[in-house]
Order: sequence, then C-alpha cells, then structure tokens
Amino acid sequence: MVAALQNGSVIDHIPTDKLFTIVKLLELEKCNEPVTIGNNLESSKMGKKGLIKVSDKFFTDEDLSRLAVVCPNMRLTVIRDYEVVEKREIVLPDTLTNLVKCANPVCITNNEPMKTYFEVDKLKELVRCHYCGKTQKIGKINLL
Amino acid sequence: MENRSIVSIADYSTEKIQYLLDMAAEFERQPNRTILQGKVVATLFFEPSTRTRLSFETAANRLGARVIGFADPKITSGTKGETLKDTIKMVSNYADVIVMRHKLEGAALYASEVTDVPIINAGDGSNLHPSQTMLDLYSIYKTQGTLNNLNIYMVGDLKYGRTVHSLLMSMRPYNPTFHFIAPKELEMPEEYKEYCKANSIRYIEQQDFTEDTIADADILYMTRVQKERFSDLMEYERVKDAYILRADMLSKCRDNMKILHPLPRVNEIEQDVDESKHAYYFQQAQNGLYAREALICDVLGITLDDIKNEK
Repeated sequence: MVAALQNGSVIDHIPTDKLFTIVKLLELEKCNEPVTIGNNLESSKMGKKGLIKVSDKFFTDEDLSRLAVVCPNMRLTVIRDYEVVEKREIVLPDTLTNLVKCANPVCITNNEPMKTYFEVDKLKELVRCHYCGKTQKIGKINLL
Repeated sequence: MENRSIVSIADYSTEKIQYLLDMAAEFERQPNRTILQGKVVATLFFEPSTRTRLSFETAANRLGARVIGFADPKITSGTKGETLKDTIKMVSNYADVIVMRHKLEGAALYASEVTDVPIINAGDGSNLHPSQTMLDLYSIYKTQGTLNNLNIYMVGDLKYGRTVHSLLMSMRPYNPTFHFIAPKELEMPEEYKEYCKANSIRYIEQQDFTEDTIADADILYMTRVQKERFSDLMEYERVKDAYILRADMLSKCRDNMKILHPLPRVNEIEQDVDESKHAYYFQQAQNGLYAREALICDVLGITLDDIKNEK
C-alpha cells in the first residue's frame, strides 16, 4: 500500500480518535511532500491504530512536544537513506513553554501578551500553570 | 542581584517564617523608625483594596519611606491598553520596592519576572495574599505563644475564602487540627482536603455552629457567608443566620481562644462579641501593619539585626 520511505518520519501508535487532531497539529495540509495517512489499521498492541508517514520531513522537538500534550506514548521513527536512524516514544518534556493555553480565564497569561509556561506532572498525568497554579489533564489540554 | 520578591510564602521554611514573625514583633515594639529613609515604595493597586493599601502605605510611611502609586485602576494607563509588563518596567525606574494588587491570578509572579525591583504580592485575584497570611500567623503566634499543635476552627465561606486556604497551607509544618464549619454549598474544596490528607493534617468537617462545637477551639477564624456565592437562594436563606457568632456562644470556649476575621465584617460576628476578651479581629488588622513593615524590609534586604541596631 505504501512505498518505503527513503527519507522522512513515521508516527505510529496513534489512537484512532486522535489521528486527525495530530494531522492538523502537524499542519500536514500545507505539506508538499508525499504524505501517507492510515487509520483503523490492525495493531497487536492497540487493536486499531493510526499511522502517518511523511517524506523528507523531520519534526522538531517543539512539534513533538505539541503532539505529546494531545496524546502521550506515540512512536516516532526517523528514516534516512532507507535506514532507521532513530526510533523512540514521543514523551512529554518536563516543561512546556508557550504551547499550552491556560484553562483559567482570569490567569494573567490569558490577559497579557506573554508566553505560557507549564510544569508537567507525568505521574498524575496533568500540567500545572506556572503562573496561576491551575492544572489540566493531559489529553484534554487546549493548545495555543 | 537575587530577586527577593514575595509572591507566595507557601514554600517558606519554618525558620524563615519565625524570622519574619520576630521581625514583626520588633516592629510592634517600635513601629516608628527611619530605616527606610530615602527609599521609595510604590503601591500599585490595579484592583481597589482600601484596607490592604492603607496598611502597606502606613507601614512604609512609619519606616520613613516615601510612597507613590495609585489606588484605582481607572486612573492607570492600563485602561489605555498598556500591558502590565510596561507599567511594572516604568515604575521600576522610580521605586525601590513595588507592592501590587491585581485581579488576575499569577500577575505578581509575572511582574517579579520582568523586573529586578522586588515585588510584594498584595493579592492576585483569588490566588495568593501572603501579607494577609503573614499577619494571620503573627496574630496566632502572638495570642497563643506558639504556632504548634493548635485547634483551628474555620467558619463560614470555606469554598471561596482565599485567606482560609492560604492559612491552611501555611500551618502545615505546625501540626494543627482543623475544624471546617460551613454550609454544604460553601464547604472546603476537595483540593484542600486532599492537601490535608497528603500532609497528614487532621481535619473534621461539620455544619453545626454552636457553643458546643466550638468549645475546644484555640483559634476561631470567621469569614463572611456572601449571598452572591449561592446558586440556590433558598439555601442561602436557610443558612444565612446559621454562621453568625454571638456573645452567648462563647460561654464554654477555652480561655486562650481568640476570634480572627480578615475583615470587612458585615453581620457574621455580632457587635456584642466586640466587647469579649476573645475578640481579636481589630488587633489582627493592627498586626498587619507590623507584618507588612517586616515584609517590606525583608524584600529590601534589611535584616532583623539591621533593624535592632538602627540608631
């Protein structure tokens, strides 16, 4: 179905209900290189899953952090010259700078032209606003 | 230079708290000094708060500082669209310390990040109000001789009352036992009960407010049950008189018990309580002056020794 990538990135283990959110976050509609998007593919681990392959595209750490906020534990594979050069889980960083919008309408970050800053509590699966202290559940977070 | 701002005192060590209490006591001994002569204290009240502002301005004046600032957000350039950052940057050119009150949560922390001039948080929305907490701690310490092992009864609006939440957290190291007395609709929020559990702080919840239920209190911390907090006005009508303290409810209470209230009081403490030896809310407000004198000096790097040795 899909030709092997010569150079590019594969994001795998995407929950089927999150696939199109991920596509939007990566702004793949603006991408001019070949893109393959699959959903409801069989997966021994997840039952069904989504998958995205993008030629000649290498995501930045910031791109990946955005994805992890929406959906932790996806897998990234980076391919160069048909060889897998990197394979890892997309994990949340300990802090998120200017990615997440605070859910508290009276937080200073929603009323002042400034960067947001969140600390990640992986154990409790939430992020905490550095300024007002309000928390949001990972997976139910609004991005900026 | 190290930023000495006071945005929150929640993470202060017991040593630091004791140090500030000792400093407040020194100011109580002699509130009028010249140690801040030549300094300028800015009080920026982006949200009006007469009591807090007067207390801070009195503290600055009694120590010899000059005070600049505004009391009403309508006269600031914020109404012209100036950002908080720009206002803080501008005032930083003039003042040695900035005391600020703002309706937005996290405003003081942000302000402390955009300037080298120390910021004192005089309340940011419903978030933090460390100088109120400090004066509450000082009032408890002064009347009980200790902060340790006390029975603290919190009464009224425990859901929205910022002062009770701050006090609850700041008492963590002192092995308190809390009694939360509130109507169902205004009971202590889950997150603070979780905080108590996580820190092994004992607490008891009850809805009855009688002379028997408060008999074992060392501190009775009263707050106002406000009509606008109720979604169900029938419920408000039912409970509005249930959390009013009357003088005849004090017959069984401990000799050392003191009644605190962050003020303003409306009707939750009846006037006849004012004559009681247990009433302490007006002295509590006066303690705010000493606590704020201590906070202003601390952010300016003035030590307790400096104050004691001042000629």
